[in-house]
Amino acid sequence: MPALLEVNGLKAFYGQTQSLYDIGFDIPVGGITTLLGANGAGKTTTLRAICNMIRTEGTVRFDGKEIGGMATEEIVRLSIAHVPEGRGTFTSLTVDENLRVAAYTRKDKAAVRADLERILGYFPRLRERLQQQAGTLSGGEQQMLAIARALMLKPRLMLLDEPSFGLAPLIVQEIFRIMRRINIEEKVSMLLVEQNAALALDLASHAYVLETGRIVMSGSSSVVKNDDNVRKSYLGY
Amino acid sequence: MEQFLQQLASGLANGAIYAALALALVMIYVSTDHINFAQGEMAMFSTYISWQLMSWGADFWVAFVAAVAFSFVMGVTIERVILRPLHSAPVLSIIVVFIGLLAIFNSVAGAIWSYLIKSFPSPFPKSDFGIAGVIGAHQLGVVLVTLVVLGLLFVFFRFTPLGLAMRAAAQNPQMARLVGVRVDWMLALGWGLAASVGAVAGIMVAHIVYLDPNMMGGILLYAFASALVGGISSPGGAVAGGFIVGVLENMVAYAGNQIEKATGVYIIGNGEKLTVALIIVIVVLTVKPAGLFGRVVVKRV
Repeated sequence: MPALLEVNGLKAFYGQTQSLYDIGFDIPVGGITTLLGANGAGKTTTLRAICNMIRTEGTVRFDGKEIGGMATEEIVRLSIAHVPEGRGTFTSLTVDENLRVAAYTRKDKAAVRADLERILGYFPRLRERLQQQAGTLSGGEQQMLAIARALMLKPRLMLLDEPSFGLAPLIVQEIFRIMRRINIEEKVSMLLVEQNAALALDLASHAYVLETGRIVMSGSSSVVKNDDNVRKSYLGY
Repeated sequence: MEQFLQQLASGLANGAIYAALALALVMIYVSTDHINFAQGEMAMFSTYISWQLMSWGADFWVAFVAAVAFSFVMGVTIERVILRPLHSAPVLSIIVVFIGLLAIFNSVAGAIWSYLIKSFPSPFPKSDFGIAGVIGAHQLGVVLVTLVVLGLLFVFFRFTPLGLAMRAAAQNPQMARLVGVRVDWMLALGWGLAASVGAVAGIMVAHIVYLDPNMMGGILLYAFASALVGGISSPGGAVAGGFIVGVLENMVAYAGNQIEKATGVYIIGNGEKLTVALIIVIVVLTVKPAGLFGRVVVKRV
């Protein structure tokens, strides 16, 4: 299968501090790949590095095209949607405006309307709250909004940074169910960063394990899941 | 009674000017957290441009539109050329740049057009405009023009995709980038719009205060007071603050005059208007630091 995103020798820096060391991985078209690791391993940094939100070295290719030096907003316009840590809600805008601002770059207005309808089909709770200020939504609803907003970009690749963070288990299950549907029905490839390794390995077909800025293990989810070290460190049994 | 209505009307007219300039300040503040001290001088410069066009024979409204358009380009250029390289500079550097711009615009205007005070025409017909004895033609015109401009801005920010993108960029620049908004251009655009709104204020007030390079100094203080009264982070508040300050300063002076007439004791009058405005600022900041319409920002630490 051809790779949608190829990352090679990626280094990332916060000021003088290097936090990624020669990371390399591929994301296949259509699949869900997960990036596991403890706090501070560099998971969020990897997603930020792909979108060039921090200083990086190395190559990142999207659909065969080098995107390493491009500005964040230009990378996004290539149809890479980043659902950031903390959900990035525009709190003073309404739910509707949060969704529409993501379609700002799109010229196909009729398709945007159709997309909005279809996307709200995944998230009926958002439909009920369209005119509400987004800052007043619950954490779970804001996470749904963040994913829905990312979908409005009509992405081919979605980068998800800990969608389960701070949410009740039932809500997390609901969101992960929706993510699986989106992956299949919208044909969106996903790179999922998660602390909740069990959940992530169930959803993803491939997994990479990060430790202090280096990839220490990779393989299909079933293989990674049964690795002794992964079991002890991340799955807890 | 008639005198009271006159004072009220002139307060509203002044308030409209303060509101426009205050809105220009707030527009830049919400997206950059900086107060552009040169906003008034930029407006003054734009006013001179319109005066120059009129002295070359242009119609008032043609000169008005041309000067507003010029201001837009000027605002965008200043942001792109001067402020862009200072993006990560400390606040003090940027303040120095603003003060520098203030001095530059002031002296360039003086060099080109001299410091002699010039009269400035009003586009509003004297006879059949306004309400006799209550509000003059120019005052009513100023209020109407300002309201139209504010209305257009409201519609732009509320209902157009570009306006939405600008609001998103001001609220959360990083996330705005992640939905493909070119945040840098949104900032430049904000500067352009602010300069245009300032130009409207300058061109409208020039008939009242006359045209000279220092004409906007006091008005910028009033605008600053208005923005603070309304809440420096609230565009609607800035507009309301403008009208509040404009009316209140006149009412206080009017009350002072009435007291003097009745008792012969002079307490307060027209000369203390600016003082009144500044006292309003101090009272509001003491009692309600976020301004009347501002939201209190609570930060978790």
